[in-house]
Amino acid sequence: MTRKELVVSALENGTVLDHIPAENVYKALDILDLKGIGNQITIGINLTSKFFGKKGIIKIEDKFFKDEELNKLALIAPKATVNVIRDFKVVEKKKLVMPEEIHGIAKCRNPKCVTNHQPISTWFKTIEEGNEISLLCHYCEKITDSKHIF
Amino acid sequence: MSRKSLISIRDFSKEEILHVLETAREFEQNKVQNFLEGKVIASLFFEPSTRTRLSFETAINRLGAKVIGFSDASNTSQSKGETLKDTIKMVSNYVDMIVMRHPLEGSSRYASEVASVPVVNAGDGANQHPSQTLLDLYSILQTQGKLEGLTINMVGDLKYGRTTHSLLQAMSHFNPRFIFTAPDELKMPKEYKDFLDSRGIEYIETDSLNEHLNDCDILYMTRVQQERFTDLMEYERVKDVYTLNASMLGEVRSNMKILHPLPRVTEIAQDVDDTPYAYYFKQAENGLYVRMAIISYLLGYR
Repeated sequence: MTRKELVVSALENGTVLDHIPAENVYKALDILDLKGIGNQITIGINLTSKFFGKKGIIKIEDKFFKDEELNKLALIAPKATVNVIRDFKVVEKKKLVMPEEIHGIAKCRNPKCVTNHQPISTWFKTIEEGNEISLLCHYCEKITDSKHIF
Repeated sequence: MSRKSLISIRDFSKEEILHVLETAREFEQNKVQNFLEGKVIASLFFEPSTRTRLSFETAINRLGAKVIGFSDASNTSQSKGETLKDTIKMVSNYVDMIVMRHPLEGSSRYASEVASVPVVNAGDGANQHPSQTLLDLYSILQTQGKLEGLTINMVGDLKYGRTTHSLLQAMSHFNPRFIFTAPDELKMPKEYKDFLDSRGIEYIETDSLNEHLNDCDILYMTRVQQERFTDLMEYERVKDVYTLNASMLGEVRSNMKILHPLPRVTEIAQDVDDTPYAYYFKQAENGLYVRMAIISYLLGYR
């Protein structure tokens, strides 16, 4: 690693989520259920990125995720990269894979959908068309497009 | 899981659809069937729908089963804030099957996941009403002698009308051709046209009722509802343009039949009722036989 000054301090062990759209960092924390955990978390928002303009980054000390947990982020950060760090070194790099089904995150856009009125966890099939992602509700069978997912 | 529910017409394969239609034909010929004696079926109508409820409850009675339930949620514990899950769990303990209608979309799918008995969706908001679709198919088969290769002209509110969407999905098994007759405001949504494109099914769109009256086998009329329009003047205009009367039927195909899910308002004039093309009252009657067939199939009897 060339010795450039890091804007966000380096991790000894843990996970770095990079290239999250700056505006979706808080949603990413929600989706990964990181609120209230005791691990040291460093968050960067509106960092300059060569490819994205402004990006967000999340570093979590001593935390390693299962792929299915990480892939939930594909909905809001399809281009995010995951670096697994051990002893200050990147030991694994991962890209996110869009899951076929999404449970418990995102809201159905249909105001008459049963999930918006009863204590029911949402359940969607993901539909990818080009760069657009939309969600087909398992219950009301209506489509929520990417602009309205959150 | 052997327990099967009917929530969306897509839950039934082509073979299952044909099986239910064949059973309905047997039941029409012999209306007295008592093989469900000793069974109890719940009829849960969280919103009123007299036609559908009476049709289902008659079907249950004709099969020899007993009915429990309600026709309006206002005097149930839902009005005390009980969740749908709890109501369904509780009723599941008492009965062999649940027939349910609910104003929320997706409610029946959810109920089928928490219930320990089969659930029949009798309408979940604007989403699905599969027994209506099956009785439409039965009426088409009965009048045309086949389902394959027919031209169906759907007229009226094709944007919000769930009956046309479900019928389109069900007919897609049978190599149909569609004509969509609707005003600009109420055209068939893109997702359904994409579905037809993906299956290579031909369709034509028009805003003129007269244009394709003479080249279809089934004229499927639907109600144009005032509340769908933001512009009341536009509603008045459309309402008049989409009124079918007997004088328009001079050159239609001799096998052509007019279907309508009912209730009709102004879209079919009274003078059409006495023409040989009117079939909507018989169509409503067919609902009984089709619902008997659905219930016996899901309970594993036929």
